Amino acid sequence: MLDQNRVEFTREMKDSYKILAPNMLDVHFSMIENLFKSSGYNVEVLRNTDQSVIEEGLKYVHNDTCYPALLTIGQMISALKSGEYDVNKTALMMTQTGGGCRASNYIHLLRKALKNAGLGHVPVISLSIGGIEKNSGFKLTLSMMVKALAALSYGDMLTVLKNQTKPYEINKGETDALVKRWTDFFSNEFAHNRALSPLAIKKYMKKIVKSFLKVETEDREKVKVGIVGEIYVKYSPLANNNLEKFLFDQDCEVNVPGIMGFMMHVVGNGLDDVELYGGSNWKKLKTKLGLWLMSKYESYINEPLKNTKYIQPATYSHLRELVAPVMGHGCKMGEGWLLTAEMMELCESGYKNIVCAQPFGCLPNHIVGKGMVRIIREYYPDSNIVAVDYDPGATKVNQENRIKLMLSVAREENVSDKPETVRSF
Amino acid sequence: MSLRIGLDVGSTTLKCVVLNENNNIIYANYERHFSKISEKSCELLCAIANKFPNERDVHIAVSGSAGMGFAEDIELNFIQEVFATKIAISAYIPDTDVVIELGGEDAKILFLTGGTEVRMNGSCAGGTGAFIDQMASLLNMTAHELNLEAKNYSKIYNIASRCGVFAKSDIQPLINQGAKKEDISKSILNAVVNQTISGLAQGREIKGKIVYLGGPLTFLSELRESFDYILGNKGICPENSLYFVAIGTALSCDDKIINILELKDKIKNTTQNRTYNALPPLFENEEQYNTFLNRHNKAVISTDALLTDSKIAYIGIDSGSTTIKATLINENEDIVYSIYRPNSGNPVPIVKDFLTEVYNRYPDINIMGSATTGYGEEIIKNAFRCDFGIVETIAHYTAAKKYNPNVDFIIDIGGQDIKCFKISNGAIDNIFLNEACSSGCGSFLQSFAGALGYSIADFAKLGLYGERPVDLGSRCTVFMNSSVKQAQKDGASIENISAGLSISIVKNALYKVIRVSSAKKLGNNIVVQGGTFLNDAVLRAFEQEIGHDVIRPAISGVMGAYGAALYAKQASRGKSDIINKETLKSFKHEVNAITCNGCTNRCKLTVNTFSDTNKYIAGNQCDKPIQKNKNKECYNMYEYKRQLLSAYTDCKGIRDITIGLPMALNMYEMLPFWHTFFTKMGFSVKLSGRSTRKLYLKGQNSIPSDTVCYPAKLVHGHIVNLCESGVDAVFYPCMTYNFDEGLGDNHYNCPVVAYYPLVIAKNMNEIQSTVLINNYIGIDQRKYFPKKFTKILSEYFDDIKFKDVKAASDAAYKEYYAYIEKIEEKGEEFLKIANEKKLPVIVLCGRPYHLDHEIDHGIDKFISEAGAVLISEDGLGKRYSPFPTTVLNQWTYHARLYGAAKFVCDSNNPDINLVQLVSFGCGVDAVTTDEVRSILWKNKKIYTQIKIDEITNLGAVKIRLRSLFAAIEQKKNNDKAGGTEC
Repeated sequence: MLDQNRVEFTREMKDSYKILAPNMLDVHFSMIENLFKSSGYNVEVLRNTDQSVIEEGLKYVHNDTCYPALLTIGQMISALKSGEYDVNKTALMMTQTGGGCRASNYIHLLRKALKNAGLGHVPVISLSIGGIEKNSGFKLTLSMMVKALAALSYGDMLTVLKNQTKPYEINKGETDALVKRWTDFFSNEFAHNRALSPLAIKKYMKKIVKSFLKVETEDREKVKVGIVGEIYVKYSPLANNNLEKFLFDQDCEVNVPGIMGFMMHVVGNGLDDVELYGGSNWKKLKTKLGLWLMSKYESYINEPLKNTKYIQPATYSHLRELVAPVMGHGCKMGEGWLLTAEMMELCESGYKNIVCAQPFGCLPNHIVGKGMVRIIREYYPDSNIVAVDYDPGATKVNQENRIKLMLSVAREENVSDKPETVRSF
Repeated sequence: MSLRIGLDVGSTTLKCVVLNENNNIIYANYERHFSKISEKSCELLCAIANKFPNERDVHIAVSGSAGMGFAEDIELNFIQEVFATKIAISAYIPDTDVVIELGGEDAKILFLTGGTEVRMNGSCAGGTGAFIDQMASLLNMTAHELNLEAKNYSKIYNIASRCGVFAKSDIQPLINQGAKKEDISKSILNAVVNQTISGLAQGREIKGKIVYLGGPLTFLSELRESFDYILGNKGICPENSLYFVAIGTALSCDDKIINILELKDKIKNTTQNRTYNALPPLFENEEQYNTFLNRHNKAVISTDALLTDSKIAYIGIDSGSTTIKATLINENEDIVYSIYRPNSGNPVPIVKDFLTEVYNRYPDINIMGSATTGYGEEIIKNAFRCDFGIVETIAHYTAAKKYNPNVDFIIDIGGQDIKCFKISNGAIDNIFLNEACSSGCGSFLQSFAGALGYSIADFAKLGLYGERPVDLGSRCTVFMNSSVKQAQKDGASIENISAGLSISIVKNALYKVIRVSSAKKLGNNIVVQGGTFLNDAVLRAFEQEIGHDVIRPAISGVMGAYGAALYAKQASRGKSDIINKETLKSFKHEVNAITCNGCTNRCKLTVNTFSDTNKYIAGNQCDKPIQKNKNKECYNMYEYKRQLLSAYTDCKGIRDITIGLPMALNMYEMLPFWHTFFTKMGFSVKLSGRSTRKLYLKGQNSIPSDTVCYPAKLVHGHIVNLCESGVDAVFYPCMTYNFDEGLGDNHYNCPVVAYYPLVIAKNMNEIQSTVLINNYIGIDQRKYFPKKFTKILSEYFDDIKFKDVKAASDAAYKEYYAYIEKIEEKGEEFLKIANEKKLPVIVLCGRPYHLDHEIDHGIDKFISEAGAVLISEDGLGKRYSPFPTTVLNQWTYHARLYGAAKFVCDSNNPDINLVQLVSFGCGVDAVTTDEVRSILWKNKKIYTQIKIDEITNLGAVKIRLRSLFAAIEQKKNNDKAGGTEC
């Protein structure tokens, strides 16, 4: 039972308050921002990344707590203290996934931190699919969720294409500019509640692919690296010391599996629970419906990529199939079986060099990350996986050195194997 | 073809080779670089240029952990060092199977045959050259001397091998207990080997032709011997074993031609332009420093007083972790004579010298009291027959009161520990001791100074005027090592690194140990002490961080000893028993190592004999070897639970199938359930053996994540044990959910408890010889359980009928609830006894698996033998009711912790207190500890947390518990005297 004395985000606040949210996925979140605005919430995704973020985090969050909690909370407190926001007219928003991992506690750690920082009056909105906490001034309606799905699908699509284009572009900067053009475009459309219907999505997805095909690229083999890990560290450059950029600078092509898989994983867990341990049919039906809806969006991404030169992201059902013989689907805390499945899928689609990024001491990752490297090597003998821990004390030098080792091995394999062409799977 | 130069810039050394066209080494050099990488490499290039005057155009590549930034700066090709080793090995010793390479701060294993794999230590620097250096300096030796000592070992102690800091807290007590140097030395080297195997091999067998490379393995013959012995294989250490990285680097040079002299100039010009995060300077100018000094020089008591006419004096001795402090005070509480010395691995002779000096200087002295404190309290007390042994915290408080009667916060940063305590109402209220993971503090500064070629005082002084101190953050020292490396790479000067280290020590104390959210709220009357605060830079950093002035007594370093002396004065019972002048002359000290046969623990004991009669035994986990026939009644619920569990023994069933149950993690609570279930089903049941160090080592090579908690690591050993005993199947299910006890918002297991069976399935070869049943099972859904479980069992066995499973599971649920009921009844009984007999109660909060002797290291025994009634958290089951918490209360085991904390508060009884056991690396406990603490604090209760790991020594734990007992006592006395405040 939780403390019911939390500060609620009331209906009155909805109109006058600014809502700050931590950043994780640049491409996706920049579009989401406007989606909220169109629903009447003045949301701003935080982009402050200076040293004070880590400092405030260390100060107000138990230092042994995972790094993502430390960073996101640090980012919000640092923003509140910066003087840029009226702390009496600002609320915070944080996602809450629930589940047996420490992550479901972030929001409570945030409230605790706010209290200690003398900001206890700032309301915190929990953003969760199940609606773990209620606020009279904020409701994640079904229609908002569906819209968010659309935005996230666009984000995933842009990321897939960006990652497969940028390393090979001939005119430097062209890909990034294209991504920017699209995110700006969608932000604007979303503000007017457009580009969100299934029909529109199908249309724009095709257009996006076409636009990327027009980017002039060179035909050259690069070392292909996949990134998996704890969700925040996997995506956030703040947490992973700009891992994607580092790999890009090392002349690699990077594949970071999208957010859609994670969302479906979270929703699908409910179904697996019922399958494994028993439960009501109603729960089962609801989850199935949710999954069905999400798989539609998944296909909006995959369909237009078929028969193109691009490697399609794996579908949720394929990931499930892959991992079934290794651990089944009951392992659900944190990224659970999805993380292992993503590693296998990356190997399968030619990204056999993998960085598994996690916060130092991440519990689920002992199991699904480091704990599964051995078996993945058995399945894919040429897989080349490096697990890297991130925390405020770990230094870039050490991390990069380990990644470079992985890359050296990758390059050597590339030379000795002379793979005919990896894409013909 | 031009010369090829390979430059290997390691964390502490610079290695270089030059190859000619035939791949012959025509030049090689190895030296320490003391972080002056660019200067040293310029010198090196000059030397090469001079030696080969006709070769100006060369190929060059850089490698090494400190070489990355360097290579970037001067735009040279960088070769990852492990990779370089691989290249060199394939060129020179192609039939190698495995390479083991230890460096300054890195450890690597390369598997070259049967699937190439390279492994490198993660963020942990344990088991490397730096580790050996650090341990050697703890013993006051060089690494070379340590190697020589190790040759004559006769006994090996268990030393936690994971991390240098842990090992230190194992070694320190060994030193203080008088263990032999040669034995400690060999044990350290063995720990390195274990670390390398468990941390890097991760389940892959090391066999075939093994090659040893790198500094430590080249220079330390005994380390090689340890590897040979443990691996059961003779490895070779080739010629040029120091240079393989450099050779491989040279071999990997690209075609680019570089003029060696131009390169030298380039290096000279390209440094110093990198940046790092800087903090404000400690002092702006000298004037500011002088004002600061003047202020602190006022906190003085006389240190060169004379004995009064009565010649009455008192002695206090503080035998700390790395230093010995002793003071002699007169009747007026002024210091007559004092010493502050490193203990050099054996405190006894130093105290003997001190006493001899005292008797020589003051032949007619009348010693009326003597007290000892610190890690070596007991050995010194026994050796010299001192009157009192007091816990350090009390000693420090007694001394601090002398300076400021209103003192409300004391912080002591010593050689390897931080101690802080809050004082309210004249009693020590909350105690913070640094956990094993961040203990580096003073001694860290020292070894860092040493590594850079400075004394600690000089090194700290350098920082006073550093203009842009490096921001090194607040983290455990092992990580700080690499932060410093990074800072060096970023061009930080030694002054700024020094200042940065001082600041980070302070931050460590404040934010990691005390966990303040606002440093300004620590207290109004703060006294700082301990040797580390003798460094003005640290003191200044502290004042800057908390935002106001503090008192640093001039005798800061000897406060513990001074406090002990004051205590001896207050508690004096007349003439002191301390060894007299004559006996001192014939004082002898002998040490023997034996194994105790008192019980199955088989503790390794060190027996100190003083002057042939007086004995002091250390290393024991219980009182058996020291106390003869002292049959005191103990109330220990951990023991009671163990007894209950011991009723579930191996047994035969009608089916000819044996199910093995690993006694680890949640099986400690689920045993009644599964045991009953399987026996009812007619299976034979076999339990894994008792956890021991040996059992752990059996499974350690298949642990894939070296940062997982110790209870999880132990599972591997239990599985090996079961497989060896030939069971038909091992039953170890995945359990996302636990029983719903209705206390929280959900009833999960922690991720490790829930899913560790997956790790076992995919990482242990042993399990392939039998069947592992590790399906997902939901015991919380009783309604569905029989059906689901019938299906699961049918996958493995014939003749599984639903109705049998149903009946067996009914029995299992019944048995489980009966087991829980017994525990809860015992809890009630204990509470009643405590109340009747007026005994203090300690609620020892942990997890069910903390019952394991190998995990709790006998802490429960210590508490109950100290006279407290010990109740486990689940023993309070009848007292729990759901209540609002500030965190999401979603784990079954952890909900009990909050419930226990609530009960302790609600009891409103100063005699009932809580101690929380936390396994190192338990991520969930980062959440629970804060919550339990805040529940207790809200109600003005003392919070005591004990972090446990592989560590087998109880020294620090005992200090903490004794401080707690002392504080409870004091608090009660004060409450009696002044009435309660609430």
